Amino acid sequence: MKAGQSRIENVTSCYHCGDECMNTKIALADKVFCCSGCKMVYELLNQNELCAYYDLNENPGVAQKTTIREDKFEFLDDAAIIQQLISFTDGKQTQVTFYLPQMHCSSCLWLLENINRINKGVISSRVNFTKKESFLVFDNKLTTLRKVVETLTAIGYEPHISLQNLSDKSIIKTSGNRLYKLGVSGFCFANIMMMSFPEYFSLGGFLEREIGSALHYFIVALSLPVLFYCATEFFVAAWKGLRNKFLNIDFPIAVAIAITFLRSIYELASGTGSGYLDSMSGIVFFMLMGRMVQDRTYRSISFDRDFKSFFPIAIHTSRNGKFVPVIVDQVKVNDVIRIHSNELVPVDAILSKGRAEIDYSFVSGESVPVVPQVGEIVYAGGKQLGGSLEMIVVKEVSQSYLTNLWNQDVFKSEKQSTSVIHGLSQYFTAIVLLIGISAAAYWFSEGEHLLMWNALTTILIVACPCALLLSSTFTNGNILRILSKSKFYLRHPDVIEDLAKINHIVFDKTGTLTESKRMKVNYVGNEITTDQKYSIGALLAQSSHPLSKIIYEFLQAFRHEEIESFKEIPGSGIEGWINDEHIKIGSAEFVGAQHSDSLTEGSAVFVKIDEIVLGVFQVRNVYRSGFEDVLKKLGKRFRMSVLSGDNDNEAVFLKKYFGQKANLLFNRQPAEKLSFIKNLQANNNANVLMIGDGLNDAGALKQSNVGIALTEGNNNFTPASDGILDASQFGLLDCFLAFARNGRAIIMTSFILSILYNIIGLYFAVQGTLSPLIAAILMPVSSLSIILLTYGLSEFYGKKQGLQ
Amino acid sequence: MSIIILIAAVSILIAGGFLVAFLWGVKDGQFDDDFAPPNRILFDDTIKTKIKK
Repeated sequence: MKAGQSRIENVTSCYHCGDECMNTKIALADKVFCCSGCKMVYELLNQNELCAYYDLNENPGVAQKTTIREDKFEFLDDAAIIQQLISFTDGKQTQVTFYLPQMHCSSCLWLLENINRINKGVISSRVNFTKKESFLVFDNKLTTLRKVVETLTAIGYEPHISLQNLSDKSIIKTSGNRLYKLGVSGFCFANIMMMSFPEYFSLGGFLEREIGSALHYFIVALSLPVLFYCATEFFVAAWKGLRNKFLNIDFPIAVAIAITFLRSIYELASGTGSGYLDSMSGIVFFMLMGRMVQDRTYRSISFDRDFKSFFPIAIHTSRNGKFVPVIVDQVKVNDVIRIHSNELVPVDAILSKGRAEIDYSFVSGESVPVVPQVGEIVYAGGKQLGGSLEMIVVKEVSQSYLTNLWNQDVFKSEKQSTSVIHGLSQYFTAIVLLIGISAAAYWFSEGEHLLMWNALTTILIVACPCALLLSSTFTNGNILRILSKSKFYLRHPDVIEDLAKINHIVFDKTGTLTESKRMKVNYVGNEITTDQKYSIGALLAQSSHPLSKIIYEFLQAFRHEEIESFKEIPGSGIEGWINDEHIKIGSAEFVGAQHSDSLTEGSAVFVKIDEIVLGVFQVRNVYRSGFEDVLKKLGKRFRMSVLSGDNDNEAVFLKKYFGQKANLLFNRQPAEKLSFIKNLQANNNANVLMIGDGLNDAGALKQSNVGIALTEGNNNFTPASDGILDASQFGLLDCFLAFARNGRAIIMTSFILSILYNIIGLYFAVQGTLSPLIAAILMPVSSLSIILLTYGLSEFYGKKQGLQ
Repeated sequence: MSIIILIAAVSILIAGGFLVAFLWGVKDGQFDDDFAPPNRILFDDTIKTKIKK
């Protein structure tokens, strides 16, 4: 029989965080909590009359399952560290801004702004929700930075303080600048348009001469800020392109803007016409708007985290016989450091004291923690799961294994992306120049010199590739917006095009295909009696091996039993005598069982009681929901590989879903992952999409054409990548890729539309009869119709792909 | 008819006023956060709730 294959469905959810409660033991009145951490937050809030937190939203909290050590923030008493974190202090009051990644709803907002009810020293607290930041002012007499941080941590919002904060304090302010430009150009465009109306609608010279020329002064005055302020980025980009000997799309645009302006000034000065300044400012306005829509920034998401942001700021180091917090950078070789439970080891060090149980999943991808013995080396990036450890540093942060990984060349070179738009624009520019020159040549041969100049300049004006630019910017903007609604965030609009070209997908296993936290236990074998269950549980409780712990939790058998001659053989298993029964738990070789082929999925732990092999516990990763479907769909179109740092226990299982052709590689070091991707790109001409989640994938993510980091929950930190995908949306991966391919179709469609407009314009221009009125009608009509078309098409395709 | 010139000048001045207001708003960070202000205004200043045990 198969015991306990399905766990009883428990529908009780935690009052604080909404997580499923394993039991109802942790409760307060009618409220049940999943862990004592959640209960503590509730009690604290209740004490301070802050329970409106729970009225605003249901289960607004963040799970508090990992307890935070009391002296964790001891380093915040250090004046040098404080100085680097705060933004201002006058000795009485201090201002500081914290990044609080847990912030996610209006309850958080409310609680964080009412924090002074818990800590009276906080004078004011202002939240910027989009940035997930809180700006705090506190009174130095009543509280300290450490206490403020501890208060925030106590209510479940532990500020993210990292080395990266310390070394780089600059806050990027880019979007504001473009908003100014957009405002100014919109203002000038609308007013120039208004000033031009009288001239367009005055038939037969009805408009008086003085009024007409006075309005011209206004128009020229209004066009100057557009040319010299709003349009600067096009000129700058064009110049940069020229210097790199690259004809980018900004070049023809800059030329068109300049020619339009010069020609308009000439017309107005000579009194031969009214110029095209309204069209010029309109074009600039729409193009700026397009760029703004496209370059949306996710201010609370960072795509550029390097290893430093994962490290603690300070570590307890022995100085003169006492352990004091020392900034990680200042920890030297041969220093003795103390690592506490749930802390990251920031340096390579030799274990000297304590029971280590290091989780390398983030660094290497191994799903099961490693148990190094005293004297063995522990590498930077591992996380201690057990109790406190003492270690001797062998390599400083700047020399450690993890840092070396980061210093590889891929991280230094910027990815070169060749956009289809830049390609198209080059043909476009060539064709326009050809038409212009042939029209000019024709009129020159006819002897119409004035008409020749007229035709040449108006051709360049009307055939400005701004419509092409608008097509791509608005399409990309819409796609990014729709993707972000499905919790898929891309770093840059060019990534959409790269996604469309993908033909090979590489998956990481641990944390990507599987859920990072959960393991599934499955028992196969003879029935276990209740007494045997307690005996096995008692024996397992003696072992610190991760697998023992997982099975122990699965059995849920807590009873004290006398154990005689307990023995733990590292790498094999445990044995002992309970109630005159000899129990052996461990690998097949250890208990002397036959390792049958059907048991090759996951890690197998055998149980033998008194020379009878009872059965086997299979400990397996839990795969993400929907992963079979999405692999099936992706398999039809893409080649796929699995690149895992973990062992090959799951190989047979994965083979079923990936098919025989797929490459399934296990036990790969981060550097090997990187070179595998490099090989694919070089030998198979593959455009690789890599999906990973940990630091161990960082190199591969960077090397691949598109690297996507998967994140679970809202306070998970992801390595540098081109895109960040919420793990819950993993099943939509094929839809995202299909949608990215649709993007190209949308750009092409709107581009064809803009060509049609161009042909109409050119029809007039080659004859030298493009009047400012036609230009003034054609420009907004074409721009607006392209904006509407791209919006409509991207919404349509988004729905079709099942997004939103 | 020259009154039109005056009207045009005045209209630009008024529109300029709005432009300045807009730029001021951008500078002040009005467009930085679109979640907190609309939610903040809904919070009651005096909510003091204690759920009795």
